[in-house]
Amino acid sequence: MAGSFGAGPVPDSADVVVIGGGVVGCAIARALSRFDLSVLMIERSPDVATGTSKANSGILHAGFDAEPGTWKARLNVQGARLYAELSEGLGIPRKATGSLVVAKDAAQMETVADLRHRGIDNGVPGLEIWSREQVLAHEPNISPDVAGALWAPTGAIVCPFLATVGFAENAIRNGVRIVTECAVTGLDVADRQVVAVQTTRGRVATRFVVNAAGLHSGEIARLAGDDSFTIKPRRGEYILFDRSVGQLVNTVLFPTPDKVSKGILVSPTVHGNVFIGPDATEIDDPEDRETTAGGLAGIIAGARRIMPTLPLGTAITEFAGLRAAAGKDFVIGPSPAARGLVHAAGIQSPGLTSAPAIGEVMVEVLQDVGLRLRSKASFVPVNPAKPRFHEMDRTTQAELIAADPLFGRVICRCETITEAEIVAAILAPCGARTVDGVKRRVRAGAGRCQGGFCGPRVTAILARELGIPVTAVRKDSADSWLFLSRADLEAGEGVHA
Amino acid sequence: MRELSYDVVTIGGGPAGMAAALAARENGAERVLIIERDRELGGILQQCIHNGFGLRRFEEELTGPGYAHRYIDMVKATDIDVWLDTTVLAAEPGGVITSVSPHAGMTVVRAKSVVYSMGCRERTRGAIRTPGSRPAGVFTAGAAQRMVNMEGYLPGKDVVIVGSGDIGLIMARRMTFEGAKVKAVFEIMPYSNGLTRNIVQCLEDFGIPLYLGHSVTAIHGKDRVTGVTVSKVNDRLEVIDGTAFDVSCDCVLLSVGLIPENELGRAAGLALDPVTSGAQVDQFRQTSIPGFFAAGNVLHVHDLVDWVSEEAAIAGRSAARHASGELPAAGPERSVTAGEGLRTVVPQRLSAFEPGKMSTRFYFRAAKPMGASLLQFWADGVLAFERKLRVVKPSEMIVADIPVRKIGDAQTLEFRVVPAPEKIEAEDAIEEEA
Repeated sequence: MAGSFGAGPVPDSADVVVIGGGVVGCAIARALSRFDLSVLMIERSPDVATGTSKANSGILHAGFDAEPGTWKARLNVQGARLYAELSEGLGIPRKATGSLVVAKDAAQMETVADLRHRGIDNGVPGLEIWSREQVLAHEPNISPDVAGALWAPTGAIVCPFLATVGFAENAIRNGVRIVTECAVTGLDVADRQVVAVQTTRGRVATRFVVNAAGLHSGEIARLAGDDSFTIKPRRGEYILFDRSVGQLVNTVLFPTPDKVSKGILVSPTVHGNVFIGPDATEIDDPEDRETTAGGLAGIIAGARRIMPTLPLGTAITEFAGLRAAAGKDFVIGPSPAARGLVHAAGIQSPGLTSAPAIGEVMVEVLQDVGLRLRSKASFVPVNPAKPRFHEMDRTTQAELIAADPLFGRVICRCETITEAEIVAAILAPCGARTVDGVKRRVRAGAGRCQGGFCGPRVTAILARELGIPVTAVRKDSADSWLFLSRADLEAGEGVHA
Repeated sequence: MRELSYDVVTIGGGPAGMAAALAARENGAERVLIIERDRELGGILQQCIHNGFGLRRFEEELTGPGYAHRYIDMVKATDIDVWLDTTVLAAEPGGVITSVSPHAGMTVVRAKSVVYSMGCRERTRGAIRTPGSRPAGVFTAGAAQRMVNMEGYLPGKDVVIVGSGDIGLIMARRMTFEGAKVKAVFEIMPYSNGLTRNIVQCLEDFGIPLYLGHSVTAIHGKDRVTGVTVSKVNDRLEVIDGTAFDVSCDCVLLSVGLIPENELGRAAGLALDPVTSGAQVDQFRQTSIPGFFAAGNVLHVHDLVDWVSEEAAIAGRSAARHASGELPAAGPERSVTAGEGLRTVVPQRLSAFEPGKMSTRFYFRAAKPMGASLLQFWADGVLAFERKLRVVKPSEMIVADIPVRKIGDAQTLEFRVVPAPEKIEAEDAIEEEA
């Protein structure tokens, strides 16, 4: 089966159907693409990485948080190792910054000492307790009342969008079909065995279904009569700062955790920005991504405990992400209600870190429930490198323009993103279909002007490359049209009402 | 990779870049180049299709493109080189400019003088931390203006405008002309940030309500915007509990300030004024980097393009004189500060005056609206000059020419705006021309 990506029809049948194109679903699809199988992924949105995967901390945790023996503990450490092996080949930006858990008093120093022991039990390498002086030498802007910290050299940062796109693209290159704008409406079960997936684009006969539907994975389970877990969305708000203050912090800074969460972080991003957040608010609506005045004030106050002078004037955006929490641990394994349905659900933190390891373990889970696997000789484990113009030296830049003149037209001036990169992001195997899809792949519009300058230009390029009218270009979700024509307005139409 | 040499290069071909290039050429620079990233000259004026430009400069009322074309025609009548569709990647001290374009590839230009004329960008929702969701339909007013006026598409049909900056006011009228319903303009300050004529001609004439002292506290909607929540604020700009109300809309336009686009300068170590966010300059508009000058909205945000052209002519002339080695040595620098009642002053320092110079012109922004006032010039702590102002508005630049003899040898120069002791007669309020 040739891989594909887009809002096309679904095939009549597939060996395995993966529901959900987040980082977890895409990592699973990629893991399955090593085998001689027809794999179909279905995704409700026009793009991958539009749920939890688009709004999170972008951190590869070292793995000292989780209780030994849990899925979280096992998959975190394994996932962190897999990113170190895979990132470069898949085009996933990753920086090995290390991380610090900052303690402010003797009691917190005891807690970080406990974390170190737990980390050792989990197999986390290189953990050290640092003195106040060591911390200040590494992070000169940190609060001077720091007492010490836990140093984890394997902590890292990653681009969560390009992680998802990297896994998805590699899956597609190895034959996975991804059908977007396709929602699951039912699971057909006969004799307690899954036999088909019903979707808004038709029925797919299959005997193996992977539930990686993130915030909606509880609803998917319910479609098979499985109420073994419930997703409780937990919202976290963030503030992102301009790259001009990127020197503020060198490593991921966690406060000493309390019982509820890891606390408000101050962290660099892999693209050179700085962020603070997240808080943790339990909500009912799995689509409620509103930031709140109280939430933003809370994360500012929390972050100031680690970093007293925050550059609030350089904030470029605020956003909220939702964690798909289902209890203390991940929900990984076969459904107790229907054979052939397997869950990769309840993937909260450290889900991004664990994703490639979840991919590996889900292959085992599927094998355990009867999926027969035969390795595919044609499997290609890497994606071709994509030139990032602004990261290259002048000579290479000049060569790129000589080869493709569109490298000479800068569309996003804040991040120095060229038209060639935007066109390539649209035409790639897992190509951008929306303005935010372009932003997540190549960062056009991710800078300080937030698309004020390049937004209209990116819209025009999308329309041209996709062969659609400007009025059909969307921001992100399926109904997020950006512009209407004068004729629409004269006809009294709403925005695609 | 091409390598070329020029006497004066302007980075940006908007009103500032064109006026600076023309002035440089007129003042003896032989080889002058304008580098513009868009496909035509004119900058932001090209999307400002309303009229009201040029009353001071050309003594007639032009549209934005009309004003731009006056300058484009002047540029075309000279041998000034113009590179369009060309982006400057770096402009390093010493005058080494690296640019790229699809047609010419990468080019390195060695310039004796450089004029920063990159203009400004719009402040975003993120910068003012407006909470809520992030649906489609939220645009900065200028981005929406480009889509409507240049591309022919509309950003929505039920519009709420956040902030009362001039672009927002102009867009309120434009969207009304296009058949959209503009429901309201919400301004957090107790006064408007737009020109009075725009309040009258763009809101009042169309019955669009302006809510002063109101803050948009949340934006709602999942796919498209569905509405906003608005609250009154107190005099500390804090939300007053119990005053919240919702307004439904499918489009939010933001007009919440402009920021000089100084990324190239910042990369080169340019000294910036923290209040204007533009370069610190002397009366020649020379920045902290020798041979680098600045003019227009990249230096400080202007209310009228006429002032931009004037300021750019100063920068262009200075750039030409620097290129030929005629610009006087800076001499010991003297600081200029914006004191009581003022937020900004440009220039922020004085170098040695050119021989025969009679007066020098300063541009100010007020800190708050005031009635009849006095603009005071204090030289080394002594009141040296006073001028009456009928009314003071933060949205309108104050321009004053100070005689060189009043400045004398003063080392510290300070300007203030204080309430006038008695009512000033209207006749006195006629603005002095240079």
